[in-house]
Amino acid sequence: MSATETRFVGAPVKRKEDGPLLAGRGTYVDNIDLPGTVVMAVVRSPYAHARITSVDVAAARGCEGVVAVFTGADLRDDWKAAMPCAWPVTEDMKNPPHYPLAVDEVKYQGDGVAVVLADSRAHAIDAAELVEVEYEPLPVVVDVAAAAEDGAPLVHEELGTNVSYVWKLETDAFDAAIAAGDVVVKRRYYQPPLIPNAMEPRGVVARPEPGGDVTLWSATQIPHILRVLVAATLGMPETKLRVIAPDVGGAFGSKLDVYAEELLAVALGRRLGRPVKWVEERSENAVATIHGRDFVTELELAATKDGKITAIRANVHASMGAYLQLVTPGIPLLGAWIYAGPYAIPHYSVTFTGVFTNTTPTDAYRGAGRPEATYVLERTMDALALELGMDRLELRRRNFITEFPAQIASGLTIDNGDYHASLDRLLEVLDLDGIQADQKARRERGDAKQIGVGFSTYNEMCGLAPSRILGAIRYAAGGWETATIRCLPTGTFQVVTGTSPHGQGHETAWSQIVADQLGCDPSEVEVLHGDTSISHAGLDTYGSRSLPVGGAALFSAGKKIIEKARDIVAHQLEVSADDLDYEAGTFSVKGSPDKSMTVKGAAWAAFAAHNLPDGMEPGLEATATYDPPNFSWPGGAHAAVVEVDTDTGDARLVRYVAVDDVGTVVNPLIVDGQVHGGITQGIATALYEEGLYDEDGNLTNGTLATYLVPSAAELPSYELERTESKATDHPFGAKGVGETGTIAAAPAVVNAVVDALSHLGVTDIQMPATPERVWRAIEEAKQ
Amino acid sequence: MRRTALTVNGIRHQLELEPRELLVYVLRERLGLTGTNVGCDTSSCGACTVLVDGESVKSCTVLGVQADGAEITTIEGLAANGELHPVQQAFHDHHALQCGYCTPGMVMAAVSLIASGEAKDEESIRRGLEGNLCRCTGYHNIVEAVAAAAGKA
Repeated sequence: MSATETRFVGAPVKRKEDGPLLAGRGTYVDNIDLPGTVVMAVVRSPYAHARITSVDVAAARGCEGVVAVFTGADLRDDWKAAMPCAWPVTEDMKNPPHYPLAVDEVKYQGDGVAVVLADSRAHAIDAAELVEVEYEPLPVVVDVAAAAEDGAPLVHEELGTNVSYVWKLETDAFDAAIAAGDVVVKRRYYQPPLIPNAMEPRGVVARPEPGGDVTLWSATQIPHILRVLVAATLGMPETKLRVIAPDVGGAFGSKLDVYAEELLAVALGRRLGRPVKWVEERSENAVATIHGRDFVTELELAATKDGKITAIRANVHASMGAYLQLVTPGIPLLGAWIYAGPYAIPHYSVTFTGVFTNTTPTDAYRGAGRPEATYVLERTMDALALELGMDRLELRRRNFITEFPAQIASGLTIDNGDYHASLDRLLEVLDLDGIQADQKARRERGDAKQIGVGFSTYNEMCGLAPSRILGAIRYAAGGWETATIRCLPTGTFQVVTGTSPHGQGHETAWSQIVADQLGCDPSEVEVLHGDTSISHAGLDTYGSRSLPVGGAALFSAGKKIIEKARDIVAHQLEVSADDLDYEAGTFSVKGSPDKSMTVKGAAWAAFAAHNLPDGMEPGLEATATYDPPNFSWPGGAHAAVVEVDTDTGDARLVRYVAVDDVGTVVNPLIVDGQVHGGITQGIATALYEEGLYDEDGNLTNGTLATYLVPSAAELPSYELERTESKATDHPFGAKGVGETGTIAAAPAVVNAVVDALSHLGVTDIQMPATPERVWRAIEEAKQ
Repeated sequence: MRRTALTVNGIRHQLELEPRELLVYVLRERLGLTGTNVGCDTSSCGACTVLVDGESVKSCTVLGVQADGAEITTIEGLAANGELHPVQQAFHDHHALQCGYCTPGMVMAAVSLIASGEAKDEESIRRGLEGNLCRCTGYHNIVEAVAAAAGKA
């Protein structure tokens, strides 16, 4: 799209999706009410690790309304394969098989043991409480670092270890390089388990159809991947399964999985010949839906005296939880190439040890691997600046990558970026002098409430990714995306996309792209998605991939439409195709602009087919599949200003300024919304959220009354700015935006808390920086 | 079973309810008003917020039988004559929703907050919406939308 062609791309077009959602007409799974439905409840283990010695379902079977009760043993033969893990990151990765219901042993609190199916939600839950399971408790291990040590209790006894894999990426002669640094700082960080808490819990409806087909509605991000893997796990032909993702109430990676309940609903729907419905309760969601993070990382930076960073080493222990889910082992790898962030650091070493613990399986949570990398890097940049006696922003500037395309030490190539520009813009907005004057005055007065400012200059790799690279790092599928555009005879356009939005506004953004490219109003574009009978192919939505990959596929389909339309128009106007100019939906004859025809006109001509070039097929539609040549590389600079009550340890965010470079912006309303939400989840990580397990493996804060998802009252409004360096590896320069805020925010906020307390001798606070942790850090610094 | 009279979005209903049925399930499952969502089991998230006799109430904290005789407004009853309610319109104009799951409850809470006169400025709006969680928007645009609908933008 050239500048002259752009009418809607870049404009704050209000969302097409909003009408039904605002009217209370969302199609979330729990709103599906099919005749004859039986409701499923799952009986879950209260123990984190135990042998199942008996399961007695007699009392439950006798309850009012109960249709059937099944144990793990009853269903053992329904599974033709174990629950799928699509990313065996090393050849020798240990992946003990697990199934939708446990049979002999439970390995985390919430592991499913039996299911009850009844005529109503209430009857199913009542009866589930009467399933009697006898357990023999086994030793439990929760802490990821402890679990990796010899002699730790074993999650999977037969493996003889809790280590699933060790994965390493290191440049040549690394040890000598890091030892040669004038200054080496080494820090250890804990990034706790996070409960994604999409506002809509998961839900599933499976309806058996005549002829053995099944329709599965699921609150999922991945209808296409789900179809493949549910069919494979149940041994059914893929053709027999239709998967529909209706309106999905947020996901953030937590619905990027193949879950036990999806397999159970399909299997039991087929067994019973009736629709089976399951909707997760919130406290059930806390144990039965994947968690994020749970990393312990040692990070070392080596630098010269004048602040040139020469080497970085990350040694990471990442909790897998009790089992490997769809991409559990790959989550650390999604950050593996960006531990050096936007800095030119020539020597690079990253080691990941994937470790089983008796906790809910981990998997993708917003940012997936990249917040884990950015957090430890940006915290340690401040520590290094302190060690060097250098200004923390000057240290960052001295190390920014400035030449693009940039081959980085980890082996990838960043196509474009401008990290100085983002930081420059940030400082224009921030008033750092004013904040520091305020800080100085408060310190001099000895105020109880101190103020601090923290920074995070970041980049990330998203889009996920060139299929070849995914293959090289042992991921099972590719990274392409597909789109179809159909030019309908009446001058409207139908788009079918393989992405699967759940709040991201693809219907609006895709309409803007087509409107500019093919010459129509966005309201004339219909966007279909999320139903494998309508959108038969695609790789769905995660990893900020939808616009970088799905948007590019759409744009490629548009180019094919223009090519065919050009031949139709040339034939109709009796000129050579080379004699036609094209702009914003209209072909005109060079030198005689009054002779013209639109794509809409060509669509009618292609439909009527009265006068097409010899041999041309009627109809005007095109499908394009796009495999990205590179990852997408957004970046930027964020600053957080916090006020910390030194008497209570309460840290409050006062301001948050974000400057992001996401390349070409299709819809600034939507992009800002993504950044707002992303930042909020990063702030929540920094100050509030932590899944707390006791030593017996009980999740002690698995409700929204005890796990603090922040409300509006905890947060300020945000100040957003953008700089723009177009992605050169994308057809119209766009980069991903879904995860940038989460990746950037947590270190900026924790750095700000530390800055607020630095005059008291505080040099580190582990996140979340809760009042208790902050207060203890202040007290310890006094010692 | 208890005989319960509810007026919901202006329509009178006589229902036979089990005493344990929560109002939110009465609305969703008995009356088919699925616009009111369930987001938690601890009355923390506010997704199920409706107006009971004009005041915002988390409908998971009330038994259906307790609402006997009450006038209830749900998200489905907010728009009139095909026109969005000003709060709904403001949410659209300010991109105050993404996945939409918290939206019905958030809109109802905002309607009640504005009617109470407590939506005076950013701080009071943020405090007033404390009982309603959103995981997508970071609240920034919700606060702007409510301020605009309250005439405080």
